[in-house]
Amino acid sequence: MSFLIGENMTGGYGGADILTNCTIGVEQGEIAVIVGPNGAGKSTAMKAIFGMLNLREGKVLMDGEDITKLSPQARVYKGMGFVPQTSNVFTSMSVEENLEMGAFIREDDISETMHQVFDLFPILKEKRNQPAGELSGGQRQQVAVGRALMTRPKVLMLDEPTAGVSPIVMDELFDRIIEVARTGIAILMVEQNAKQALNIADKGYVLVQGENRYTDTGKALMENPEVRKSFLGG
Amino acid sequence: MESLINAVVLLLNFLVVPALSYGSQLALGALGVTLIYSVLRFSNFAHGETMAFGTMFVILATWLLQSWGVSFGPLPTALLALPVGCIATILFVLATDRLVYKHYREHKATNVIFMIASVGVMFVMNGIIRFVIGPEDQQFFDGERFIFNARQFKEWTGLTEALAIRTTQVITVVTAIIVVAILFWFLNRTRTGKSMRAYSDNEDLALLSGIDPAHVVRIAWIITAILATIAGTLYGLDKSFKPFTYLQLLLPIFAAAIVGGVGNPVGAIAGGFVIAFSEIALTFAYRKFFAYTLPDFLVPDGLAQLLSTDYKFAVSFVILVVVLLVKPTGLFSGKTL
Ligand SMILES: Nc1ncnc2c1ncn2[C@@H]1O[C@H](COP(=O)(O)OP(=O)(O)O)[C@@H](O)[C@H]1O
Ligand SMILES: [Mg+2]
Repeated sequence: MSFLIGENMTGGYGGADILTNCTIGVEQGEIAVIVGPNGAGKSTAMKAIFGMLNLREGKVLMDGEDITKLSPQARVYKGMGFVPQTSNVFTSMSVEENLEMGAFIREDDISETMHQVFDLFPILKEKRNQPAGELSGGQRQQVAVGRALMTRPKVLMLDEPTAGVSPIVMDELFDRIIEVARTGIAILMVEQNAKQALNIADKGYVLVQGENRYTDTGKALMENPEVRKSFLGG
Repeated sequence: MESLINAVVLLLNFLVVPALSYGSQLALGALGVTLIYSVLRFSNFAHGETMAFGTMFVILATWLLQSWGVSFGPLPTALLALPVGCIATILFVLATDRLVYKHYREHKATNVIFMIASVGVMFVMNGIIRFVIGPEDQQFFDGERFIFNARQFKEWTGLTEALAIRTTQVITVVTAIIVVAILFWFLNRTRTGKSMRAYSDNEDLALLSGIDPAHVVRIAWIITAILATIAGTLYGLDKSFKPFTYLQLLLPIFAAAIVGGVGNPVGAIAGGFVIAFSEIALTFAYRKFFAYTLPDFLVPDGLAQLLSTDYKFAVSFVILVVVLLVKPTGLFSGKTL
């Protein structure tokens, strides 16, 4: 039983089901990656796990506790952090204010966590007073990840954190994400850059049309000839 | 030389000073409109009535204080009564939100529906105000009328033209500065204020950050009620209180909010002054001004007034239309609290 698991999830946005019997899980200190073609339902699976979607069937468990009925906010309190695919920063607010808002639910002193985020992403410290909307794509993604880290989550869910950034920035971001995982946080991530992502993944899920097509360790998926041919471009 | 100074004094007295105080009143009104727009995402047509409602309670409390023999020295007693008006208005708008707008929020209604609902609220408030205090003009100003009057100014300066500064004008500008300073401090420095800006910026992400939308909405109404009551009271002290005038104020206030960029507080303030100065400058009779500044044969015979004061609302309307056509986002791009 994984630390966080969405089990046999079936559901959609009110109309037809997007997800069918889909299962996704991740362990503490590990990185799980969801890959698959556009429109496969990767973002939908993330939203389902985060409670932004009503599941018709299946359940979501964290640390053995059934959280299927909890609202997204309640899941934040439980220790889940989510970085959505789009609109994932407060563009009109400064970098520092974005981080403060990330820590909104905390009543204690947040300065240490903010230091840790600044240590992880030094550029953010430099730009702390700049509106997040004025930053480059890569820097914005760092703000987005930093914002989600401010609650000191046990699980961090990232929907395409490297969308629209250069390969160098992507490698850099992946390194940071590995660093975060080493602190014991469970990381569940959707990625377009399937090869690079599976490379750093402990666990990989290939999703097609809302169903699990392949599930294995990152390494095994990379070595699987069928996966290579269909999803990793040979 | 002296005629030039006279010309300047003339402009100060009839244009600049009145426009500064009228602009402050519009700015406070527009701030309320902008705040509701950026948090609840609709244009609140009941805002003029909210100002009248708050002012009405201030007037009632003022009369009560006066009947007890309470006064505020040279300042209007109404300033002491402001908290009463604010509290009554806060309770009223919170009740309206609970009874009307909450329902539409839960049903995720479009902003047009909210807007129409606010028109309904406007008519109800309109009725309540006429029922309680009546449709007539109410004077509730007391205290010292002038900081200095025309005669004093002429004695000091020996000029032909006079500058008179009324107490209400100074009170208006000073109060507006204080209120705006507190509002900006609140929005930029406090946790609750920042959470309001966050909610206005990106509602979904605010939810993901654990910001409680119900709380944000409540605070937005409370601040709006306070702003409306203060703006309405200042306007009433400066001119007079007549419920119908407050309904008419909606147009320049909306124009101010939109000219500045709706949703943007700095824009609302700038917009308030743009509208006030345009309205007064375009309806000002410049004949005397030209008489001081131009050689005699160039001075026009008529009033040299671009627009009759009857058309002052047309100014807001035209500015509104032009802004919407040319730069719909306003001077300061909209939607950033
Ligand atoms: N908010 C939504 N409402 C309705 N359908 C949606 C919504 N978001 C996505 N979908 C549909 O769900 C399917 C899966 O989308 P998504 O999960 O975003 O795919 P992916 O992230 O794998 O590219 C698509 O067919 C898409 O059109
Ligand atoms: Mg997606």
